[in-house]
Amino acid sequence: MATSQEPLLHVEHLTKEFPVDSGVFAGRMAKKVSAVDDVSFDIFPGETFGLVGESGCGKSTTGRCIMRLTHPTGGRVVFDGKDVATMKKKELKAVRHDLQYIFQDPYASLNPRMTIGEIVSEPLVIHGEMSNTEERMDYVRKILDIVGLNPEHINRYPHEFSGGQRQRVGIARAFALHPKLIICDEPVSALDVSIQAQVLNLLGELQKEYGTAYLFIAHDLSVVQHISDRVAVMYLGNLMETSDWRSLYAEPYHPYTQALLSAVPIPDPDVQRSRERIILAGDPPSPIDPPSGCRFHTRCPIAQEICSQKRPEMREVAPGHHCACFFAKPFPIQGSSIEL
Amino acid sequence: MEKKQHERDLEREAQEELREETDRAYDVHEERVQAASEVETDQQDDAEPEHHRDFRGAYNAVVDEVDHEGASRTLWSDAFARLRKNKLAIIGAVWIIFVALVAITADLWVPQTLGSPTAIDSSQMASLARLPPSLEHPFGTDALGRDVLCRVIYGAQISLTVGLLATAISTVLGLIMGALAAFYGGIWDTIIMRLADIFLAFPYTLFVIVMLAVLGQGIQNVFIAIGVLGWPSIARVFRSAILSVKENDYVDAARSMGASDARIIMRHIFPNSVASIVVYATMNIGGAILTESALSFLGMGVTPPNPSWGSMIQDGQQYLATQPWLMLMPGIAIITTVLAFTLLGDGLRDALDVKMKDA
Repeated sequence: MATSQEPLLHVEHLTKEFPVDSGVFAGRMAKKVSAVDDVSFDIFPGETFGLVGESGCGKSTTGRCIMRLTHPTGGRVVFDGKDVATMKKKELKAVRHDLQYIFQDPYASLNPRMTIGEIVSEPLVIHGEMSNTEERMDYVRKILDIVGLNPEHINRYPHEFSGGQRQRVGIARAFALHPKLIICDEPVSALDVSIQAQVLNLLGELQKEYGTAYLFIAHDLSVVQHISDRVAVMYLGNLMETSDWRSLYAEPYHPYTQALLSAVPIPDPDVQRSRERIILAGDPPSPIDPPSGCRFHTRCPIAQEICSQKRPEMREVAPGHHCACFFAKPFPIQGSSIEL
Repeated sequence: MEKKQHERDLEREAQEELREETDRAYDVHEERVQAASEVETDQQDDAEPEHHRDFRGAYNAVVDEVDHEGASRTLWSDAFARLRKNKLAIIGAVWIIFVALVAITADLWVPQTLGSPTAIDSSQMASLARLPPSLEHPFGTDALGRDVLCRVIYGAQISLTVGLLATAISTVLGLIMGALAAFYGGIWDTIIMRLADIFLAFPYTLFVIVMLAVLGQGIQNVFIAIGVLGWPSIARVFRSAILSVKENDYVDAARSMGASDARIIMRHIFPNSVASIVVYATMNIGGAILTESALSFLGMGVTPPNPSWGSMIQDGQQYLATQPWLMLMPGIAIITTVLAFTLLGDGLRDALDVKMKDA
């Protein structure tokens, strides 16, 4: 994607801490979970930015902070030139016209007491577009057709649909206002693999048609690989590596990314058996008491003394390829399933 | 106390039932999802729309077969259809409607056929007192020569009035308190819910009696006392319903679309949490009728000579061995009416629960 443009979304030093309620007597000593810590990235119009990480690393919280579903504790979220993080309610409504969200769980994200037509037309009603009900319903039928649902099902209720169909309803709702950016929060992780591909293809087609940018949050590198232009890897609330997907998948610089990619199974038993794999020991540390310095140093195979003392800054290791590691070096992934 | 025990039993029963129902619904849903995924898999490599439509038709057929119904229905009509299939709930509803109709129209026909429920004909009292059930007096007569059926019918007026109004008061109070606690949270939640705990910690019947002692007797004080003291359980149910609905992604989805608080409450939170209140309020009516009977039995409720089922049992208990109908008739009236409300409430819960269909 053309990186010379103004970014559509500019996230700068985004931080989100949750207080941990540790009982009546904790008082002011209460601890904090730092879910997102000093995260910065840009998303350009029309591109897909993948955000990958293990569960609990703060990727969904990042999405929710951008959407202002939770208040960020610090940092700036500039969408289309305006800072969302400090915006008043009224301005926020205008931003939400251009910024939509697709949820992970297609069962919980649709109101069971509203018909598909009401659900998909809700953003139109909220933003006062198409006040004529007939016209609005015609439009909804059109969108339903576009996302691959039967327009005649407009009066049906969510419980009459399967998971994949419900997610299509969620996508139709997100696209109803033709937003500039859609935050997709693991939109396919709750679906069967065969249906995942269909939904990803649908998202791709819609992007081609409308030029919408995606922030695509996922824990599955192979899902992100299918759809992303650029990918960021997150660990314990920090960004580890950002790059365009080709160079990230072929030559990751950060030891964490390397470990993740070498864990992706390769559908060729010979390669799979013979290749070099990095296996991480243990679980990620608790975000209540994150490790000092580089947050990955407790599990890092190449950690040195400095890693526990100083936090590595994001630096450009190759053109367009940023990595937050003192000892970043390329590590070609063997037998990568990506055709370059 | 009795009331609490009664509630607990009901809850346990209801939970077991719900579990069974959920299992059943899950099977149905499985079938449906399978059908749907078949369709989707077929849609994938689907070039010509003819084929496409065929499979959609097949899917519709499957869904329709499972639902036994057409394509477009509202959830409320859906719920009504489910309620209609529940025989016990329908029996309950029919009985309630019957009792209500008889009670409402009582003034039009009862005095002409069965006489006054309160007036005592002292000249003929000896010959009319405690007659066994007959054609002329289907439920017999009481110690003062009044027709028992006539008094049971007028007692129904009082019981239903107290049941409905007391529940209306508790429900309104409970909804307001529950909503305040759930929406504002924090200190409001703590204050309201601890207040509710304090109310619930008092022995219920004693609390009502104390309140009646302060307010004085009379039917309006009875339903005010029962109603005012009934709010904590409704507030709890509504609060937890709102809290669980609030956590749903569709509320976040509405917020992320820019919906106002009012819209989120009216369109998303309220419709999804009100079902539990409808159910609870229905059952609460039965409970209020029981409480009123208990109060009248203890002489704290409706003042004589006005008939109340509770005071009729109190009057009849001394004749239990010789003229049992004096106590049995109002007793049966209480049991059937309270049971009817409970059955209807149970049926409503099953009918209104969308999650049952979601599984």
